[in-house]
Amino acid sequence: MTSKKHIQKALPYIILSIIGIMFFIPLLWMVFASFDSEATLSVKWPENFSVENWTNVLTDPEILRSFVIGILLSVISSVVLVIVSALAAYPLSRYHIKHKNSIILTILFMSGLPMTAIMVPVYQLFVFFNLNDSLVATMFFLAASGLPYGIWLMKNFIDSVPMTLEESAWIDGASVLVGLRKVVAPLMAPGIFTVLIFTFTNSWGNFFVPFILIQTTEKLPASVTIFQFFGNHGMVFYGQLAAFSFIYTIPVVILYFIGQRYMSKGFSLGGASKG
Amino acid sequence: MTFYFSFTNMALTGAAASNTEFVGFDNFVRMFKDPSFKTSLITTIIFLIASAVVGQQVIGFLVAFLMKRKARPFRRIIGLLVLAGWITPEVVVAFVWFAFLSDDGTLNTMLGFAGIKPIAWLLDFPLISVIFVNIWHGAAFSMLMYQAALDDVPEEVEEAAKIDGASAWQRLWRVTLPIIKGATVTNMALVTLQTLGVFTLIYALTGGGPGEKTNTLPVFMYKEAFVNYQIGYGTAISLVLLVFGILLSLLYIRFLKTDS
Repeated sequence: MTSKKHIQKALPYIILSIIGIMFFIPLLWMVFASFDSEATLSVKWPENFSVENWTNVLTDPEILRSFVIGILLSVISSVVLVIVSALAAYPLSRYHIKHKNSIILTILFMSGLPMTAIMVPVYQLFVFFNLNDSLVATMFFLAASGLPYGIWLMKNFIDSVPMTLEESAWIDGASVLVGLRKVVAPLMAPGIFTVLIFTFTNSWGNFFVPFILIQTTEKLPASVTIFQFFGNHGMVFYGQLAAFSFIYTIPVVILYFIGQRYMSKGFSLGGASKG
Repeated sequence: MTFYFSFTNMALTGAAASNTEFVGFDNFVRMFKDPSFKTSLITTIIFLIASAVVGQQVIGFLVAFLMKRKARPFRRIIGLLVLAGWITPEVVVAFVWFAFLSDDGTLNTMLGFAGIKPIAWLLDFPLISVIFVNIWHGAAFSMLMYQAALDDVPEEVEEAAKIDGASAWQRLWRVTLPIIKGATVTNMALVTLQTLGVFTLIYALTGGGPGEKTNTLPVFMYKEAFVNYQIGYGTAISLVLLVFGILLSLLYIRFLKTDS
């Protein structure tokens, strides 16, 4: 091989490595600073290595409360979303409905629109119906805002369960509901899981919605308290902020790894690459 | 509802707070006269094109394309690093980059080794900084989409082009890209719409500033509605944002339809 060919072969590896490093470096600060009792904004190997920041964050009742609120908000809203989207997606997948295609296109179309754009009117609606500062209402709004994409995903998963399996269950004397429960649901489990993980991480990371709809400091979920932590203290405790960020990121990372296998399936099934 | 509110002078304080009145097109007239609105619209378009249409697409495609048929462990490591930026919640992304770009942050330290003096990135190059952060945060999505699309390209077609004597560039432009065109348009649509709504990242990093330099429409809308308490005006801006999004999707749907 000539040296030119060597370079050609090595080039993709070099470019990819550089890109990889560029994606990694900004995150280093969070890791190092969270273990450094004298952390600053610059990344450096913690000379005073300690878990003090972690214990400080994990024993602060206010921070713990915000984590609990965040988890409740995300879990309940994603469970609601999964149930509603499954109920909506099943007929869309299985029955001949008038204007079905336009309904599906509208759903896909809506899922793409930026949610940010409707937050001001949603705030007005909340004030109008006196739901302002209500965690339950916020939870339902989070579930509703994820519905278009949830239904879209769910429909694709139901589509992938062959109709013939269900039909043979019916021939064996099973009712539609039994067929759903015994045949479709088990095959759908990965799909349900994907939607669940997807919507959980969306709510967990959502800052804007609770930031606008919740006013009482005690009711704020972690996504918002973490931000206040940064803004309100004149002198910022960067180490604690890093530890908080780290802890806040962990659930999403764990869920991603659990769901990864199914997620990639969701991507190819999501119809996205097929248009 | 949105339509109605945008035609009122609804405000959270002052006389208009207790007496919300129908003011017709006043909000819209005000908007088109407001120099801040114009700046904000231009900033949004620059942000969209640079970070979503170009940045995320190019980086996402580049990574997916170069990764094809590479050693598995290598693919996995690079893929994970790119994904890390995507999984990280927006608020955390903002903090991490705030630290990275700060005066004594990692970037300036690294540049210091090369003898370059520290630069106040968020003050001197706010829009460029925000664009970079958004590319970093979003590129993984495009990477996944392009990986899925590239996997669907039949190997025989590429081989055939190779035998016919097509160079690597020709194969990319004439064979691979046309085959994945549908996926490209869909991905572009999803990514631009997503980027149009970006609020948290910009708000937490720069607060729209310095001045109005990173004041995209969502941040502008938030400030008018909740900082200046001009809810009616804020709603009018949100309507523009929504219409912007609808127009973009219609455009992409047209593209997809003429394609198939």
